[in-house]
Amino acid sequence: MRPTFINVGERTNVTGSAKFRKLVAEGNYPEALSVARQQVEAGAQVIDVNMDEGLLDSVNAMKTFLNLIAAEPDIARVPVMIDSSKWEVIEAGLKCVQGKAIVNSISMKEGEAKFLEQARACLRYGAAVVVMAFDEVGQADTADRKVEICKRAYDLLVEKVGFPPEDIIFDPNIFAVATGIEEHDNYAVDFIEATRRIKALCPYARISGGVSNVSFSFRGNEPVRRAIHSVFLYHAIAAGMDMGIVNAGDLPVYDDIPEELREAVEDVILNRPQRTNISNTERLVELAPKYKGGKSQAKGPDLAWRDQPVAGRLAHALVHGITEYIEADTEEARLAAERPLHVIEGPLMDGMNVVGDLFGAGKMFLPQVVKSARVMKQAVAWLMPFMEAEKAGKPREQAGRILMATVKGDVHDIGKNIVGVVLQCNNYEVIDLGVMVPADRILDEAQKHKVDIVGLSGLITPSLDEMVYVASEMERRGMTMPLLIGGATTSKTHTAVKISPKYPAGSTTYVLDASRAVGVVSNLLSATEKPKFLAATAADYQKVREQFARGQGTRARATIGEARDNAFTPDWTAYDPPKPTFLGTRAFAPYDLPELRRHIDWTPFFASWELIGRYPAILEDDVVGKAATDLFKDAQAMLDRILQEGLLEARGVVGFWPANSDGDDIVVYADETRTTELARLHTLRQQMLKTGEGQANVALADFVAPVGTRPDYIGGFAVTAGHGELELARRFKDAGDDYSAILATALADRLAEAFAEALHRRVRTELWAYAPEEPFDLDHLIGEQYRGIRPAPGYPAQPDHTEKATLFRLLDATAATGMELTESYAMTPPAAVSGLYFAHPESHYFGVGRIEKDQVEDYARRKGWSVGEAERWLAPILNYDA
Amino acid sequence: MTRQERIAALKAAAKERVLILDGSWGVMIQKRGLAEADYRGDRFKDAPGQLKGNNDLLCITRPDIISDLHDQYFAAGADISETNTFSATTIGQAEYGMEAAVRDINLEGARIAREVADRWTAREPDKPRFVAGSIGPLPVMLSMSSDVNDPGARKVTFDQVYEAYVEQVRALHEGGVDLFLVETITDTLNCKAAIKAILDLADEGYEELPIWISGTITDRSGRTLSGQTVEAFWNSVRHAKPFAVGLNCALGADLMRPHIADLARVADTLVSAYPNAGLPNAMGEYDEQPHQTSHELHEWAEHGLVNILGGCCGTTPDHIRHVADAVRGLKPRQVPERPKAMRLAGLEPFEIA
Repeated sequence: MRPTFINVGERTNVTGSAKFRKLVAEGNYPEALSVARQQVEAGAQVIDVNMDEGLLDSVNAMKTFLNLIAAEPDIARVPVMIDSSKWEVIEAGLKCVQGKAIVNSISMKEGEAKFLEQARACLRYGAAVVVMAFDEVGQADTADRKVEICKRAYDLLVEKVGFPPEDIIFDPNIFAVATGIEEHDNYAVDFIEATRRIKALCPYARISGGVSNVSFSFRGNEPVRRAIHSVFLYHAIAAGMDMGIVNAGDLPVYDDIPEELREAVEDVILNRPQRTNISNTERLVELAPKYKGGKSQAKGPDLAWRDQPVAGRLAHALVHGITEYIEADTEEARLAAERPLHVIEGPLMDGMNVVGDLFGAGKMFLPQVVKSARVMKQAVAWLMPFMEAEKAGKPREQAGRILMATVKGDVHDIGKNIVGVVLQCNNYEVIDLGVMVPADRILDEAQKHKVDIVGLSGLITPSLDEMVYVASEMERRGMTMPLLIGGATTSKTHTAVKISPKYPAGSTTYVLDASRAVGVVSNLLSATEKPKFLAATAADYQKVREQFARGQGTRARATIGEARDNAFTPDWTAYDPPKPTFLGTRAFAPYDLPELRRHIDWTPFFASWELIGRYPAILEDDVVGKAATDLFKDAQAMLDRILQEGLLEARGVVGFWPANSDGDDIVVYADETRTTELARLHTLRQQMLKTGEGQANVALADFVAPVGTRPDYIGGFAVTAGHGELELARRFKDAGDDYSAILATALADRLAEAFAEALHRRVRTELWAYAPEEPFDLDHLIGEQYRGIRPAPGYPAQPDHTEKATLFRLLDATAATGMELTESYAMTPPAAVSGLYFAHPESHYFGVGRIEKDQVEDYARRKGWSVGEAERWLAPILNYDA
Repeated sequence: MTRQERIAALKAAAKERVLILDGSWGVMIQKRGLAEADYRGDRFKDAPGQLKGNNDLLCITRPDIISDLHDQYFAAGADISETNTFSATTIGQAEYGMEAAVRDINLEGARIAREVADRWTAREPDKPRFVAGSIGPLPVMLSMSSDVNDPGARKVTFDQVYEAYVEQVRALHEGGVDLFLVETITDTLNCKAAIKAILDLADEGYEELPIWISGTITDRSGRTLSGQTVEAFWNSVRHAKPFAVGLNCALGADLMRPHIADLARVADTLVSAYPNAGLPNAMGEYDEQPHQTSHELHEWAEHGLVNILGGCCGTTPDHIRHVADAVRGLKPRQVPERPKAMRLAGLEPFEIA
């Protein structure tokens, strides 16, 4: 899904960013670096670094900044564009980058000899180059001059220097139009025209340019400038422009620019004959103030698109996810069509194809696609009664039928639902069996409906085993259709090593995320592509298996005895464990939802929609900013509604008990006499080899004072914000609104996490009260800069999900909160969190990692399990083949 | 044969078979149990400080030993032997105060290897022998900070590194090597300075020699010490139009294989590999036996992953003999043709398709 147009980030450019210039001038390099980091996090594929500023020592600034970047792997990941008009600055930059950079720029301004010398140097340093259309005479303005200079430069580079043509980028100069000077009127056309001709004359070369120049005469009127950029790029990209320095997040979609403005801009850009008695420039200048925007002008939704014929309106509604007019428009289309089915097969599918193309090209993002699907569903729902009334109505042609289910014992389905919607958008029929579906039912339904593909999803680790079982059952039943695996806990390695070998009769494919689903499915259902795809997957998985096998043999572990000898041992004599303000349990049911809303950590919310970036920066992101902002708005509206109408309810319970550790177990006592054992919490110990000073093999039990040292305590909690979520999601789904269903589910998840976070804070400051003075601020909380931890069973510090049973029993969680556990120890309602509380100042999160058989045997003994049973529950972390 | 004829013969041989490079030098020299006096010879008998351990110096003071090692490796079946000049730059020799000897070490190192190779070629004209000028890494890195408190700090500049390499490659060239081998690359920027030093020789009228580039993947992360992935590394050095690119050192064959397989997919030139004899044991010694090494490398050749095989730390003439025997008659890797595209790199590759 690599976009064909490459946006070069311009924020680390002192000529383009006043903020960056100030930081560099002040020598505030740490902040300047964070500008670069944000840019990369926001998806910049190349970062432009420019230090050309009269008052700066540009050579030194370039060196310093590039050397600092080299120490930051999350920035140094991407290539650099070394941008300067001074060769000495460029050369200084080339001496600081180990990767392959782009030099921006060189030219024939000072003659052929200098140009050749600099090009040869770029080649020997190993860089691609941007060549400006500039020669001894001056900067090229007309198309002919641009083409002539670029072709001459190309021939010199390729023939005289031996420069690889694919490493040449031409910048044929974008100049300002609409300046009032007639000679400038054709500048944009000259660029576009030159782009087309240069691409034809100079094979493999690329075209770039600084886009903001073109609208220079409208500075101060950003909306009009953006419209000019958008129209200009629309035509330049079509002519072959490959990359540019541009703030893409700001650009309106070409089709969204008001018709009147777009036409005026287009007339200027394309230098068309004037329509009226005034020139194109004058016309745009007159029109511009109207679109300047600003706060005074109330902006209603722009309804110009309503003037199109019905097919165009349907397409617009689908692309923009607008449901407001869909029934009326669908009805209008139906009346005009011979059969209702033709509306689906005609304008609606045409619109969805546009959506599919835009998504495929990285121009639309998941939340937008899911909204499009909602529009589509409503249109189809409107047509259904008419199609049923039509006796001869044949079922519509589908591209294929896919059955999807979350496996037995697991309740999570956001990702699966998104995949389902995306597939439906691409004309696949999706049969969704929902959550907690036993293998037999999945396979019975698959055979009954003669589906083409089976897709399994799961979030918690025990689901991995269940998937292996489903695969082996498919083999036993003699099925052959492809099996797809997805969900947070799944991986290519697990699929290749554990699942796919159980189903040799069919193929098994791991699907990383929703955006890959369509590609995988269409390959699997295409007679021509399928063999190639299967062969490539098989080869890839074979490699994964080999890699895995190699990793297995050499992952050295300590024995459990050695690991215990190297346990984490705080000085218990110097520590006085604080006593909670109460012992036993206390329920919080219901909990105040508005408070939880304030605690929401939004970053993971965007991630669940495959929008990657930190909140709030993501809202301003060049690439996904628009999609993220719209999604955020919808989420806020949904939260308003949930709160006003009381659609969700949060319930939780907290408990504290006297406790002491006993080896790797934690003994929970009924009371302070510490004579009656209420329960035993079992913990697992790291067995990786630790050689460094002060590196311990940690188990959670290490954070509680051992029996016989000091009286200590442990806490536990279970919270949910999910009462009502299933009903809510179902209601939306039944109304054909998957978007709102997924949105509500995702928000319930975030509220549950916020609940756990808010409650933990109350525990620290008020209920256990070991940190009563802790300051409040959300970033601080999300950054986990506080004392104490709340690890959850099933997560890295205690990967055994079954420990939840003990926790639920201690808390009497079902009675207190209505929460329950499935047979795989997933919690219902699904928006739920549970865990233990540790108060020791040195308690910290860690991952147990892989463990050896000696610990598994010991753990089985402690849990009262057979070794086989222990190996089943601990399968994902075994360091050996069980 | 003239040098150009030898280069043509080298390229022709690479089309026919998997070529064999020699094995380790350090271990073999260590086995001789040399004394301080051996390192000093007459020329450096009054030099201050300790010289023992400065193996490159033996090119001047014990040419007999160096000559004998080339001889042993050619006898074991190596097509190519490396000059004993791994650390022979002013920066590498600074530790011993031997900066002034750098030019002579490289000249002598090349001359000795040349002489032995030519002797073997005369004896076995069907299997000409070649000399690769060894250009090792430096104790200083251009991409990594030299001061934990200042991530921007560097001990040396690009220009200093470049100058050090210029002096080395000029002397190797004059001494008669057939190609340059920039090896054990831990920092791609250092390597790029070496590449530029070699390419710039053309401006002084030196005839062009093939370049062979061999990086080092330091651990399972699959990255160089300076943080690049294999493909990013290749994108960053491809401008040298190398005769071959490969990996050596740090890993034994088993751990190196996935990275060589990655490189074999992306490199549109010959691919080389000369792993260590496994990982060192607790005593820092290498235990992997010749038949074990050759077993692994035979599998690589059989799967068409490589064009040139040899050994790095811990390997001996016996290892090389086993490898040469194991791959005899196998087809070399087919160099893939890749579509032309702009392929950039930071720590990771970026292709504009």
